[in-house]
Amino acid sequence: MGDFAAASRAAVELLASGDPKLLEIVALSLQVSLSAALIASVIGLPLGAALAVSRFPGRRTLVVVTNALMGLPPVVVGLVVYLLLSRAGPLGELGLLFTPQAMVIAQSILVLPIVVALTRQAAEDAWAEYRDLLHSLGAAPLRSAVTLLWDIRHSLLTTVLAGFGRAAAEVGAVMIVGGNIDGVTRVMTTAIALETSKGDLPLALGLGTVLISVVVAVNAVAYLLREAAMRRYG
Amino acid sequence: MVLTAAFQSALVVGLAATLTTATVIAAEPPAERYITVASTTSTENSGLFGHILPLFEERTGIKVRVVALGTGQALDVGRRGDADVVFVHDRAAEERFVAEGHGVDRRDVMYNDFVLVGPRLDPAGVAGMSDITAALRAIRDASAPFVSRGDRSGTHAAELRLWQEAGVDIGTVEGSWYRQTGAGMGASLNTAAAMDAYLLSDRGTWIAFRNRDDLAILVEGDDRLFNQYGVMMVNPERHPQVKRADAQAFMDWLVSPEGQAAIAAYRIDGDQLFFPDATT
Amino acid sequence: MPGIAPPLLPLTLRDVVFEAGGKRILDGVSLTIDPGPRTLVMGPNGSGKSVLLRLCHGLLLPSAGTVGFSGPEYVNGRRRHAMVFQRPVMLRRSVLANVTYGLALAGVAISERTKIAGEALARAGIAHLALQPARVLSGGEQQRLALARAWALRPELLLLDEPTANLDPAATMAIESVIQAMHEAGTKVVMVTHNLGQAHRLGDEVVFLDGGRVAERAPVDVLLRSPASREAARFLEAELPWS
Repeated sequence: MGDFAAASRAAVELLASGDPKLLEIVALSLQVSLSAALIASVIGLPLGAALAVSRFPGRRTLVVVTNALMGLPPVVVGLVVYLLLSRAGPLGELGLLFTPQAMVIAQSILVLPIVVALTRQAAEDAWAEYRDLLHSLGAAPLRSAVTLLWDIRHSLLTTVLAGFGRAAAEVGAVMIVGGNIDGVTRVMTTAIALETSKGDLPLALGLGTVLISVVVAVNAVAYLLREAAMRRYG
Repeated sequence: MVLTAAFQSALVVGLAATLTTATVIAAEPPAERYITVASTTSTENSGLFGHILPLFEERTGIKVRVVALGTGQALDVGRRGDADVVFVHDRAAEERFVAEGHGVDRRDVMYNDFVLVGPRLDPAGVAGMSDITAALRAIRDASAPFVSRGDRSGTHAAELRLWQEAGVDIGTVEGSWYRQTGAGMGASLNTAAAMDAYLLSDRGTWIAFRNRDDLAILVEGDDRLFNQYGVMMVNPERHPQVKRADAQAFMDWLVSPEGQAAIAAYRIDGDQLFFPDATT
Repeated sequence: MPGIAPPLLPLTLRDVVFEAGGKRILDGVSLTIDPGPRTLVMGPNGSGKSVLLRLCHGLLLPSAGTVGFSGPEYVNGRRRHAMVFQRPVMLRRSVLANVTYGLALAGVAISERTKIAGEALARAGIAHLALQPARVLSGGEQQRLALARAWALRPELLLLDEPTANLDPAATMAIESVIQAMHEAGTKVVMVTHNLGQAHRLGDEVVFLDGGRVAERAPVDVLLRSPASREAARFLEAELPWS
């Protein structure tokens, strides 16, 4: 218990100090992971909805694959993106390795299957309810997909948050493609890994507490918004 | 309708904010002058860079971005052209790196030494020995738990060399006493602390390490525990994007009297961690 | 515009068979739906009433046989028949937007949608709810909205699948008056119902289904009072005490 008491103390001290370095790390974490969640959503929401309303050979396989890819190991994604972005790799010209952009790319890839799979699930449930009406009104598949997305928008908030949570919590991918460079690519999770390796476990746990608090806060705001909207729209 | 409007504007604001963030991230940062240095966990974890890099930055206006890895990985990063400078501690590997044309202009910068760390209870009875190879043999004979980095780092390379000199073929070791973590120095120290195991650590990381538990230095001072750090530029002929001038400035500063003094001045609790030994 | 196009009706079903999951739900239905009189589809549970309506509306395709209108089903992108389901499907948006959504899909110009939708809501008696979210309406209000959504499309044929099955008497009366108004405005009404009182109030003729076949087709008064088929007689015997 002593460890956890020390960690809570460290967390409180960290937050109370308003240390600009900590704030910078928190801000970068939020920027990178929110950007990744946004990019994955822009691509994944339409894909998920399309997967829900369309019927084609191989669809079941695709559904199973996207579901499985939700568990993509971050280090593998990190390694692949590293090899792509490395100077010796096909996209080396861009010079993106060890930058926040590289971290956004890796996390987007990590989050995309989550967004697609959860969107497909939610859209498919809505589709079961809406199919007859939308067919009756003569909605084309594309229109149907857009309508479904709009009508399940409250659930999609949860989907996007799940993606954000996954991104904010992972360390394997950002460590490899970001390099945990102080002041440039150091985020909450890589900072925690670093403090752990320095043997400063209270500080590491304290940072972990801050990370969890930030994620909880983001989720709480989203939950309240969703609740209000659900009460409003039914 | 108020809530509708509130929800919709929240959605719009959220979207706009995230989009802005994304654009900010996508945009190249305002032409900051920096070089990327692939280095080792031992230098990063010990806090040395946190001490000397601000001094260099102040002098030259060049920021140094340090990616801390094991020596083997750091050399790989250099080999792929993903760093401008490599700053590591495995002389044999460094010389191979230069000989193969991946790096140029290797220079000695500083040294510290390795220490054999182990549990105070010392089941293998090695405390106070002056012969590191004898100590390693004693650990092997006692089958006392030993944690190895196992990550192709400079420390790992040094450890393997010492086992060889001790006449122990560590590749064929049977039994569970020899454990490879495949992790950095700090992570391996955490493992050793939890397992009451012996391990070889660089002195700098050990001094900076906070989670010592029952671990203590048991063997030190053998000449064979010498640990030389070297710096070299990634070959700009092979990798034209290497920032030659700024990389050169960093290397020159490290071996300059000012840089050497900065290294010597870094202490934790009064202990000096690294000893400058540049020859120019 | 419907005036220019050839008439939609009659709708002709020939030897229609529908199978799903190895079960034969319709077993050789031949039927002609003419414009004018209000047609009721009645029969015991599982006799294939809903499937028959869905086949007419094109939501299902027959396993065998044909379903065909005499005129084109679409005129200027607008479908000439509409359907109201037993459980109304409400889009997660305002009452008004539920109606304009259908109009948008029917290719109605954006400038006209609000006006047409407003009229339809007024006819259904829910104009005052226009800006409410549709999903928080009561069951009866939702069904009236579904009717308004269908009506706004000015269909020549309206298919209704037990529209009052889940409603209380007051809501049922409100729905019936809307259906009656649509009939008086010239829309052909085809409705599935279980409710004999409703059949008396809203029906002209009855198509009686049993076991996936048409057992009897007769004017409402005749069928309800003195059915010719044994199937209809048995059905009325069971239903009467409660209606």
